[in-house]
Amino acid sequence: MSQEADGQKVDTRKRKFLIAATSAVGGVAAAGVAIPLVMSMMPSARARAAGAPVEVDISKIESGAILTVEWQGKPVWIVNRSPEMLELLGKHDDKLGDPQSEQPQQPAYCKNPTRSIKKEYLVAVGICTHLGCSPTFRKDIGAADLGGADWPGGFFCPCHGSKFDLAARVYKNVPAPINLKIPPHQYLSDAKLLIGVDAKGA
Amino acid sequence: MSALQKVMGWVDDRFPLTATYKAHLSEYYAPKNFNFWYFFGSLALLLLVLQIVTGIFLTMNYKPDAELAFASVEYIMRDVEWGWLIRYMHSTGASLFFVVVYLHMFRGLMYGSYRKPRELIWIFGVLIYLALMAEAFLGYLLPWGQMSFWGAQVIVNLFAAVPFIGEDLSIWIRGDFVISDATLNRFFAFHVIALPLVLLGLVVVHLVALHEVGSNNPDGIEIKKHKDPVTHIPLDGIPFHPYYTVKDIVGVIVFLMVFSAIMFFGPEMGGYFLEAANFIPADPLKTPEHIAPLWYFTPFYAILRAVPPMFGSQFPGVVAMGLSIVFLFFLPWLDRSKVKSIRYRGPIYKTMLALFIVSFIGLGYLGLLPSTPVATIFAQVFSVIYFLFFLLMPWYTSIEKTKPEPERVTG
Repeated sequence: MSQEADGQKVDTRKRKFLIAATSAVGGVAAAGVAIPLVMSMMPSARARAAGAPVEVDISKIESGAILTVEWQGKPVWIVNRSPEMLELLGKHDDKLGDPQSEQPQQPAYCKNPTRSIKKEYLVAVGICTHLGCSPTFRKDIGAADLGGADWPGGFFCPCHGSKFDLAARVYKNVPAPINLKIPPHQYLSDAKLLIGVDAKGA
Repeated sequence: MSALQKVMGWVDDRFPLTATYKAHLSEYYAPKNFNFWYFFGSLALLLLVLQIVTGIFLTMNYKPDAELAFASVEYIMRDVEWGWLIRYMHSTGASLFFVVVYLHMFRGLMYGSYRKPRELIWIFGVLIYLALMAEAFLGYLLPWGQMSFWGAQVIVNLFAAVPFIGEDLSIWIRGDFVISDATLNRFFAFHVIALPLVLLGLVVVHLVALHEVGSNNPDGIEIKKHKDPVTHIPLDGIPFHPYYTVKDIVGVIVFLMVFSAIMFFGPEMGGYFLEAANFIPADPLKTPEHIAPLWYFTPFYAILRAVPPMFGSQFPGVVAMGLSIVFLFFLPWLDRSKVKSIRYRGPIYKTMLALFIVSFIGLGYLGLLPSTPVATIFAQVFSVIYFLFFLLMPWYTSIEKTKPEPERVTG
């Protein structure tokens, strides 16, 4: 197609092509400029480096008590489970969402009934898998507000009511979809726990 | 020719000052039958200005640094001359902005102000509402209290629920693996510059679109259908200035009385405008006993909580919450009624609108409460009603017998 303008022929096809080509090149340039801006919002080198492992002295945690430490800015719980707590742990699998820890929420060495290396010590990231609140430690067995006599002790998320047992396994019919995360960890000695690194140095 | 006229003439040759003044004020003809519900547009504009002005002065003393933020807000409250007043103006203004905007939107629902030819005004309005919610959410992190921190934690984690890209998306938003100094710093940037610019732009297009097609009115009829044959001015229109500017001043005075009463006597509004837990500095290791968003978000929060997780993911709840806003955009096309205003609609629409409002307020109330089985059932019922208002709208608005609209506005 072409049309007359001031006695000259205007090649509208060529004009359309030039407009399209200019727009396309301009668009690519704009996208290119957007990349550094968008990428600048990713965690900085400093933020990425902040995830150093944390060493914890666990000898002072009394039986049945909890210690919360910070690792990568997140709360990590260390619970010294009492014999009574451990005994109750296996008795409510039918009420749990993932009693066998099928979901990859733990290192392979913690895919066991107690989700731990040493069966007394639970080491778990205290961040609810629903929307990231930190659940409350509710070791009071039989708590009336958490199902009465059936409550074997565990964690209750105050934000949306999710419940977890003392192996940080999620209950059925609560907002949280999966078990709490077990971080990579290892024992340097009986009293020293290192959170953030697997035993094989991975 | 007076000196003033000469100056005006000089300007008008170079910039359309008089023309703009006429087009938007002295010769913008608004229907003469505006009622109480028409105060809230101008009040929203007043609040926008108030938030921007008080915000500028707050930034002069606020420090967007996780180590310093909480203390800098306390510094503003205790040591900065009149700092407490500026901060309370800003915090009271934020909540009342939502009161005003909700009433403004309800006006639109009642009188069909979203209907043809005002679809774009409505869409720009919903965008303003979205931007306002984002602005409020970002601003709430800045005091770096417990509620700031955990509220942001929950909301940013909503993005993590998006399948496949969610985890990376939430890290990108936070700029860290947890809510941290990086998050605070960028939220500050968005809160004080990016979103205010977006809001101002949206308000301009909202008003330009409004002044292009003209205001709706409580009768939901077009005043441009009956114009004076000589002047072409709508017979039922009156110039915005001085008639509605003067009327709006009355609204502003009453509004400022309410505003001052809250600001001076109850700036926390019993924990609804400023939550108690936010007077404790952010602690990433401990969630407050009960966390609830500020009142203006609770209806959507209740919808989020009402949807149980499906397929091991809370994404459906997030989708439901998103859809509860998305449906608003489609309102102009969902409504098939022959009339616009509630005055000429039948009982079905009136009932549906009443149920919708009850559900919205009910959800808002439930969103403030801790989650219990009974509360969840109520929230589910209200959520269903909320969505049915939109989903069934094409049906119930088209079958309903309506009353005849008048030719001219009824005062």
